[in-house]
Amino acid sequence: MSSRPPYLSLALLSASALGYEILLMRLFSIIQWHHFAYLVIALALLGYGFSGTLLWRFEDRLVHHYRQSYSVALLLFSLTALVAFLLAQAIDFNIEELLWNPRQIPRLMLLFLLLSLPFLFAAGAICMTFMAYPEEQTSSIYAVDLLGAGAGSLAIIGLMYLLLPERILVLLSLVGLLATGLAARELQLPKTRLLQACLGLIALALLGIGPQIKLSYSPYKGLAQTLQIKGSQIVETRSSPLGYLSIVANQEVPLRHAPGLSLIADILPPPQLGLFSDADNLSAITAYPDSPQALGYLDWTTAALPYHLQRPQKLLVIGSGAGSDLLLARYHAVDSIDALELNPQVVALVNERFADYAGPVYRHPGTRLHIAEARDFLSHTDKHYMLIQMALIDAAGASASGLYALNESYLYTSEAMALYLSHLTPDGYLSITRWIKLPPRDTLKLFATALLTLRKMGVSQPELHLVLIRSWQTGTLLIKKSPFSEQELDAVTRFSEDRFFDLAYTPRLTEKQSNRYNQLAEPDFYTATQAMATGDIEAFFDRYKFNIRPASDDRPYFHHFFKWSVFLEALQLRGQGGMPLIEWGYVILLVTLAVTLLIGALLILLPLALSVTSREAKAGAIDPWRVVLYFFCIGLAFLFIEIAFIQRFLRFLHHPIYAITISLTAFLVFAGLGSHSCRELSRRWGELAVAKIAIAGIALLSMLYLLFLGWIFTTLGNLPLGVKLLLSIVLISPLAFLMGLPFPLALTAVKRDAALLIPWAWGVNGYASVISASLATLIAIHFGFTSLILAAVAIYLMALWMFPRQRLPAIRPSRSQTAWHPTHGSDKETDSSVSRRGGQPRLDQRAIV
Amino acid sequence: MRRETIFEVPMRHPITLLGLVTLCLLPTMLPATEYEAARQAMIDEITADVRQTSKYLQRESLNPGVLRVMGEIPRHRFVPKTSRNHAYENRPLPIGHGQTISQPYIVAIMTDLLDPQPDDRALEIGTGSGYQAAVLSRLVSQVYSMEIIEPLGDEAKGRLRRLAYDNIEVRIADGYFGWETEAPFDIIIVTAAASHIPPPLVKQLKPGGRMIIPVGSRFMTQQLLLVSKDEQEQLRVRQILPVRFVPLTGKH
Repeated sequence: MSSRPPYLSLALLSASALGYEILLMRLFSIIQWHHFAYLVIALALLGYGFSGTLLWRFEDRLVHHYRQSYSVALLLFSLTALVAFLLAQAIDFNIEELLWNPRQIPRLMLLFLLLSLPFLFAAGAICMTFMAYPEEQTSSIYAVDLLGAGAGSLAIIGLMYLLLPERILVLLSLVGLLATGLAARELQLPKTRLLQACLGLIALALLGIGPQIKLSYSPYKGLAQTLQIKGSQIVETRSSPLGYLSIVANQEVPLRHAPGLSLIADILPPPQLGLFSDADNLSAITAYPDSPQALGYLDWTTAALPYHLQRPQKLLVIGSGAGSDLLLARYHAVDSIDALELNPQVVALVNERFADYAGPVYRHPGTRLHIAEARDFLSHTDKHYMLIQMALIDAAGASASGLYALNESYLYTSEAMALYLSHLTPDGYLSITRWIKLPPRDTLKLFATALLTLRKMGVSQPELHLVLIRSWQTGTLLIKKSPFSEQELDAVTRFSEDRFFDLAYTPRLTEKQSNRYNQLAEPDFYTATQAMATGDIEAFFDRYKFNIRPASDDRPYFHHFFKWSVFLEALQLRGQGGMPLIEWGYVILLVTLAVTLLIGALLILLPLALSVTSREAKAGAIDPWRVVLYFFCIGLAFLFIEIAFIQRFLRFLHHPIYAITISLTAFLVFAGLGSHSCRELSRRWGELAVAKIAIAGIALLSMLYLLFLGWIFTTLGNLPLGVKLLLSIVLISPLAFLMGLPFPLALTAVKRDAALLIPWAWGVNGYASVISASLATLIAIHFGFTSLILAAVAIYLMALWMFPRQRLPAIRPSRSQTAWHPTHGSDKETDSSVSRRGGQPRLDQRAIV
Repeated sequence: MRRETIFEVPMRHPITLLGLVTLCLLPTMLPATEYEAARQAMIDEITADVRQTSKYLQRESLNPGVLRVMGEIPRHRFVPKTSRNHAYENRPLPIGHGQTISQPYIVAIMTDLLDPQPDDRALEIGTGSGYQAAVLSRLVSQVYSMEIIEPLGDEAKGRLRRLAYDNIEVRIADGYFGWETEAPFDIIIVTAAASHIPPPLVKQLKPGGRMIIPVGSRFMTQQLLLVSKDEQEQLRVRQILPVRFVPLTGKH
């Protein structure tokens, strides 16, 4: 057998496994929903930890025949990556029925089992490579693994711009086959040629069936529902990491999308094309009419309110998308418009592919399109606007059932609000339109955010600067830097009365006027806004049954409305209409955490725990519980820091895709380099000393970054994106480098002094890294990212205390001799130097886009 | 080889196999009396639930007619065969094509809020399984129902004919502009999702008429929208949360 580990196939495998994880997130967000993807993938990743358990159990057979086992694991990864997904999407699972119908639970379990297979094979292959090769090669194997993963994260994002996700799935499978073929050559398997020919045939078959693979959406997604209608057809599909876009046309039954349209509107929408993002989240590309009068239907929505107070000369539209806000501006003959849209593919559809249909929405003289994130754009300009418009930029359904709770949103934080307000002319308006939820939640949170932001900006009577109107479906909040005048308030009243909209808050509103057209059992909007504007706002936050405390950049969870009391109440009322009161996003997070804890404990911890009580383990030179706690701690802390800093850099780089890809890759690559240098460093100073320095360094850098990153980001925020990306890499590199050390350092010590415990390190670490992703979100939601970093530092320090040292300094086997290992005899060709080494937890679901 | 043994059990014991098959089929073959008992249990449950929610619905109790009719209609005939044994559970059920048959509790409340009168003419947008139309048909003189999904509409048509609901007319068409030749209506019920309430439907509502629209997802009704038009053609919308819940605790 070759003495050189199969580096090339290993790098390809690591790259495809990470790519597969990110791709699965995308695929499940399309065919199901984002929160469901989150749950399923967290569960599937347990396959990583479980591979440790299996290898511990079947070490004899698998590692003895390493060359064959490794190649088979690669082949199985390659095949299950494709087949598991195809089978999974055929399972009739509906997350909305979970509480209604217990039959959904076994289906969910089946999904999880299927999808954990590819991860099991990938992790198994990597782990057995650590086991099969001598210790001297472990660091380079590990470096190759991490560098491969780093390359994978870059490549998959690039591929997502080029290919549809269902095609990438086949491509990843092909890469897996390629890796298998390479492995056969690298490991000099017998009959390599024949094997490669077989792999070639499989590849050809995959290429043959690849184009026929179709995504099968949940029948309850908007796109699937629309396609049920006779005459509907998808006429164009585009895809990027920002979303899977489908354009639907229907000549027979035209689409009429006008959310929030007054029920007494006398102008109806012109013909439209439906634009679905991730098979949901409908918006419309409207046929450009000959006369702007035909766009008048848009004037019958709550979002049109600011145009009736003053005609804005200079307008900023945040999230211009398919262009309905621009059409409204066109209807009101606005001269100068800056339109911000993050997704260039949406603009290309409107501006190029369907240009004849959509007309000059973006090309109108005076309209300037910017492919930019709102806060990024505003921090680079000193322009001031008479109106900043932000209307319905997320989906109605997801918004209503609280599915965004896990998503960080930097558009609705107090800091964002302050930024928007600072770009208004003295008498300009910020206008935000959102779907109405009942009982009210997000409109109230926005109102509170505006109130507190104005107060912080030194406005003495912020309650005079706000107006909120609502239809049964949408609510529009106007925020002004100066108080609203009586004439303006008259215009607000007129606008609302004419359109059957209600006043929810104006500085002079009475209770009786507030609940006239769209009557609620109680005037909840009025009561709540009045209580906040004129009373003790903190007391109101406590008293209100949903969480409406404003979001901040440190806790950017605008969509998190969950409170335990209402959840329990809603559960009791589930048969009596209580189900929609449940904020699902947060519940999914808790379920994910609980289920991964439980299943992980059963599959990973329990089998290992059975071995720890064994006599051999007790007789080892290291207390087994030290190993468990140490590797658990560093598994948690690594991802905590990675997740928290990726969020920090997101606030610097703004563009979600660039920010996440660059920080994730930088963390992986520099941690790999750190671990690569571990052998050299520990030879000089010893493992414990290096671990002390590394962890002290991590703690120090984290604290410094906590203190100074904000300042650095503000000072350098105006630099071009390329420079900022480079600067981010430079800032991440020392931290990631140090974070790459604690794992291999301790593993070396364990291997030398108690080799039996090595599978523990692998399994427990894998387990910790899976639960840490959901736990990190939970901590960030409740305490913020600053606290998450502080927690990580504390856990790292605790780990140091738990560093796997010998029980007694007395007996110490010689370094040259590998510790005894009960399952390996001297007759095995590679086993005399078996070394096990786990991977750093490098799988960050939250970093997935 | 433990695994093989497990799979061989039914083969070696045909009686066990037969028993298993019977068990699987049993739920779809309940005798008629069992369905009646289940139906009565469902009515009792709805009655109790509504009593608790009545204050929030601004209603003391449900119109006894609604409950009587729901107690007669064979709901199990409106769901796919495979879910017949769940037909009388108080929950929504999938009926294919991404559609559902509504939760009985919601059907009862919606029908009651529409205040159906014997001479009323009703329009339904979104026939679905036909269950809601069937309930209404026993309380009003004529029901016109429109379904945009062709196979679903055909199925419902056949089902309603078989069950002899003679005062329901089903048409497979887009409901956005209502049913102009039969307009105006005393009652309109819009169960198909839409981005807004079609203004043409509001126009087809008679003075004194009521229109109801459930809002939310297929499995969770967030609110019920009750639009009423008075004799002077003035509109009024009530947004009803079909649940006993107040968002504020303590004094306001």
